[in-house]
Amino acid sequence: MSNIISVEHLAYTYPGLEDAPGIPVFEDMNLTVEEGSFVAILGTNGCGKSTLAKHFNSILLPSGGKVYVCGIDTANEERVMTVRRNVGMVFQNPDNQIVANVVEEDVAFGPENLGVASPEIRRRVDQALKQVDMYEYREHAPHLLSGGQKQRVAIAGIIAMEPKCIVLDEPTAMLDPRGRREVMQTIGRLNREKGITVVLITHHMDEAAQCQRVVVLHQGKVAADGTPQEVFSQVELLHSIGLAAPETVELCWELNHQGFQLPLDRLEPEDCAQALLDALNEAEKKA
Amino acid sequence: MLKDITLGQYFPGHSPIHRMDPRTKLILLVVYILTLFLAQSWLSYGLMLLVLITVICISQIPFKAILRGMKPLVMILVFTGILNLFFTKEGPTILKIWKLTITLGGLTRAVMMMARILMLITGTFLLTYTTSPIALTDGLESLMGPLKKLHVPVHELSMMMCIALRFIPTLIEETDKIMSAQKARGADFETGSLIDRAKALVPILVPLFISAFRRADELATAMECRCYQGGEGRTKMKLLHYRRVDFSAFAAGAVMVAAVLLLRQMGL
Repeated sequence: MSNIISVEHLAYTYPGLEDAPGIPVFEDMNLTVEEGSFVAILGTNGCGKSTLAKHFNSILLPSGGKVYVCGIDTANEERVMTVRRNVGMVFQNPDNQIVANVVEEDVAFGPENLGVASPEIRRRVDQALKQVDMYEYREHAPHLLSGGQKQRVAIAGIIAMEPKCIVLDEPTAMLDPRGRREVMQTIGRLNREKGITVVLITHHMDEAAQCQRVVVLHQGKVAADGTPQEVFSQVELLHSIGLAAPETVELCWELNHQGFQLPLDRLEPEDCAQALLDALNEAEKKA
Repeated sequence: MLKDITLGQYFPGHSPIHRMDPRTKLILLVVYILTLFLAQSWLSYGLMLLVLITVICISQIPFKAILRGMKPLVMILVFTGILNLFFTKEGPTILKIWKLTITLGGLTRAVMMMARILMLITGTFLLTYTTSPIALTDGLESLMGPLKKLHVPVHELSMMMCIALRFIPTLIEETDKIMSAQKARGADFETGSLIDRAKALVPILVPLFISAFRRADELATAMECRCYQGGEGRTKMKLLHYRRVDFSAFAAGAVMVAAVLLLRQMGL
């Protein structure tokens, strides 16, 4: 499959105030995202996750190196709108990305900006709202919705532009567990059913565990990259950069320190329980 | 307490008033207000009130909601009433207390002025209650369209208004939160002299402004991400067009104006 996003030798320095030197975030960053994949980007605060995300749709432009979206250089000013149409972005705080006072009007904002014809906008808005399960709320005022619902409206606003890829920057950080589940289910479904590439920036290990691929960023570099099983079994590496593995893996890892020999790739509680049970049975047999 | 402010709050619905084109409602509101100033007699006031009540009934907006919106305006009403009551000297004196005299003319005038203000405000409420702010700004944008030729930034203005309206509830909620946080740390907003209370507002306004700027920044980024690039080349999901309901409304408005003018001519 082709790469929808490719980052080549990206360098970026936040400009400093007046004469002060800037703060370098990336010096030589390389990353590719395959079309149709579901990628999680993990990292501690200040590791450059959000900065990286803003490079994916020309909000920030590289100081060195290149970022290509669907083969288009994001620094090409003439094609900024093509880039932004193809890579939609959802932010942490749903309140600060909803423009309109009525749900459906907000979802229509993107296609309206693209100059889509009215009947087509209507169709896209209805479809987008159905895809995020918010169709019955189309005439509601956004401030009366719950956090998870607002975030789903924000997602609908993005998919109404029919992008190939959605980048979500900690979309669940401000939500309660129920809102988090709603949002995760929605983006999972969009990825599976519509083939939309999803790049999920997150703090939650359990959310990352649901993705196909996990990329760990540390100090502007890729520290680990692979399937959730591959990445999360490197418990020492994760600890050294201030992250933790999912609880199931942490449990097995701690038990291994006590002399057990458990696998470190059990991300689901059921699998973990099974592994523990197997280990106990074996220990019993030996005794 | 801050939740009481209903100005600019929209009650979603499907009544004919809701379905009307926002331009129709804007034009008719202006016409209604102008007609209110033409009306002179009780009969024409009664007619105007009847029109208002009919519209409220059709719109299915609960009377309670309108009364609630009226609350912050009670002071203005009372003030207008008192001023007109004591400072109009017309007709026979009804009551004389110390230096204050109340004349029949004054009483009539006070009641009429209050009725006029009440009807004016109710009319405005009806517009904002039955029209989504977006439709309202769309309507304004469309009505002000000709000004674009004079380089008036019509689209930008309507966008700004729309966003301002969108953020009113969010900022109210935020103010409530900041107030609670300050109260939790011992701030006192309720007692003390007027100056003390005004001073107590500073620690609310500062964080509110900072957060508003942060929100504005984030919103701008989010809008950019959604390909916003000003009014050029923008389309609309809901195109404005006048329908039957609008023509009927215009006809009804014309009848109202004609009736009031006629009553005025007849001196009633």
